[in-house]
Amino acid sequence: MIQETHFNVFILALLVAIPAWAIAVDEPFTVTLMTRAVIFAIAAVGLNIALGLGGLVSLGHAAFFGIGGYAMGILAFHQQTYAPIFEWPFVIEGTKSMPVIWLVAVVASSLAALVIGLLSLRTSGVYFIMITLAFGQMFFFYCIGWSAYGGEDGLSIYVRNGFPGLNTLDPIQFYAICFSILALVLWIVSALAKSSFGLALNAARQVPHRVETAGLNTKRIQLAAFVISGAITGLAGALFADLNRFVSPAMFSWQLSGEIIVFVVIGGVGRLFGPVVGALVFVALEHILGGLSEFWHIYLGLLLLLIVLFSHGGLIGMVCGRKAVHD
Amino acid sequence: MTEIILATHGLTKTFGALKVSNNISIDLRPGEIHALIGPNGAGKSTLIAQICGTLTPAAGRVELMGKDVTHLSARKRSLAGLGRTFQISALAMEDTVLQNTVLGALGATGNPWFSLRPALKNHALRGVAEQALHRVGLQDVMSTRTAELSHGQRRQLEVAVALTLNPKAFIMDEPMAGLGSEGSKQLTELLDELRVEAPILLVEHDMDAVFALANRISVLVYGKIIATGTVDEIRANREVKEAYLGDEA
Ligand SMILES: Nc1ncnc2c1ncn2[C@@H]1O[C@H](COP(=O)(O)OP(=O)(O)OP(=O)(O)O)[C@@H](O)[C@H]1O
Ligand SMILES: [Mg+2]
Repeated sequence: MIQETHFNVFILALLVAIPAWAIAVDEPFTVTLMTRAVIFAIAAVGLNIALGLGGLVSLGHAAFFGIGGYAMGILAFHQQTYAPIFEWPFVIEGTKSMPVIWLVAVVASSLAALVIGLLSLRTSGVYFIMITLAFGQMFFFYCIGWSAYGGEDGLSIYVRNGFPGLNTLDPIQFYAICFSILALVLWIVSALAKSSFGLALNAARQVPHRVETAGLNTKRIQLAAFVISGAITGLAGALFADLNRFVSPAMFSWQLSGEIIVFVVIGGVGRLFGPVVGALVFVALEHILGGLSEFWHIYLGLLLLLIVLFSHGGLIGMVCGRKAVHD
Repeated sequence: MTEIILATHGLTKTFGALKVSNNISIDLRPGEIHALIGPNGAGKSTLIAQICGTLTPAAGRVELMGKDVTHLSARKRSLAGLGRTFQISALAMEDTVLQNTVLGALGATGNPWFSLRPALKNHALRGVAEQALHRVGLQDVMSTRTAELSHGQRRQLEVAVALTLNPKAFIMDEPMAGLGSEGSKQLTELLDELRVEAPILLVEHDMDAVFALANRISVLVYGKIIATGTVDEIRANREVKEAYLGDEA
């Protein structure tokens, strides 16, 4: 068994080495693929806070991914059409600045997660899954009918948004931005897991009545986790929209919610790098098998089945064994 | 008149046709161990659940330090000073012994918000937790995963977690069950010194421990308190002998 921290360093090294190699041999498409994987990883790291630490099986995380996406789409769309978003009571213009777009994406998806969390945390188990799913679907259908922003066809943004001091049109520079955000998010999540908050969240998943007996408000802790989780997935959505320079209601689809869960499960539920490994494997399979057969999802399903049946803790569990305890 | 730490007044609860608590009034005074005994299914755990706020009584009141807490949540009652141990261990099995104990201390000593500092590096929390683990004798297994503990060690950990709250009153539901004779002896000694810090309402089937420890005993049968008194009074009580103690008295 390999120690989990060593394995994590190895994954980080891959995330640096593969794009570096791709640049050296002039394969920009590989960089784009890696960017896709890293953005999915951020979304799944977000979900893993709710799912892995909190035990909250959300089948609606596409809602936050989509909100992040539309935050980018709407802001950039208004900038490229020179039409302000609001003129009254004060003027709000669109923007092509990534940091501003990220901020809006994070705030909007946090607010959505707060509302969805408040309502869905009144239930648990399969009802929780269904309510989160229902919210995701509401956003999906709303955006299909939202003709001001392209309705079913979505919105195309002609030029990637900007980041001060960088040329975001250069694939490797955009990759560097996404990779840095992933690293930052991983650092926050790892600290969060060991913090008092993480301790309480982790215990709330296992024995909620014990957490209450300790004088802590279980629901409030789970709600906070759900909001942080939604915010991170929302940020990933904004990056995803920027990668494709396109947003559409598909970002809200329940299939996407399912895929984010699949990333986490493949890599390892509750493992820090589980979502990263899952997203990498998914994008690799999508690229390699997707080229061979239209029905590549069958093989993905097979892999998922094997992992669920034969490993507790996904691929990381297979390679590194059980989760170590903090001391 | 001595001050009363914890009291119930006419607690009543039914499950369908079963009257599981029938007008129960008991109290807990400073410095005492008040044992609650009775046959399986008598309603001891159900009574504790009502005292601690995980179950709502149909009628009656619960008072802690003279304050009516009947309508407070279990969480608020913990913070108000009720330290509870569960009959069925309520521990995070994936976490270590120390983590479970630090969690116990978190509500009273720390707070879970706005800090990315590792919980186990918080000296205040860790101090409280380690002290509690020393007192129950679990200091050598602090970094062991709780799932790997023996049944008896889990019972000890339950007590350690309750200690971290530094409560005004302890409510313990069968803390000795499955401890073995050495473990029971150790815990008996601990409870004996603990009563000075906070009185203990002790549900226990181990009669040696009950007779050794209790200042007063109440006997619960079919949801009703049939007798309350000193050890000698209860041992001499015919009704109690018939209903529960049999030859043990
Ligand atoms: N939620 C419930 N719904 C219906 N009946 C219940 C419920 N909880 C407990 N009971 C019943 O109430 C009675 C008292 O249960 P309780 O657990 O309080 O007994 P106890 O005195 O603690 O017994 P033991 O010594 O075995 O722990 C039992 O007959 C039990 O089956
Ligand atoms: Mg019981």
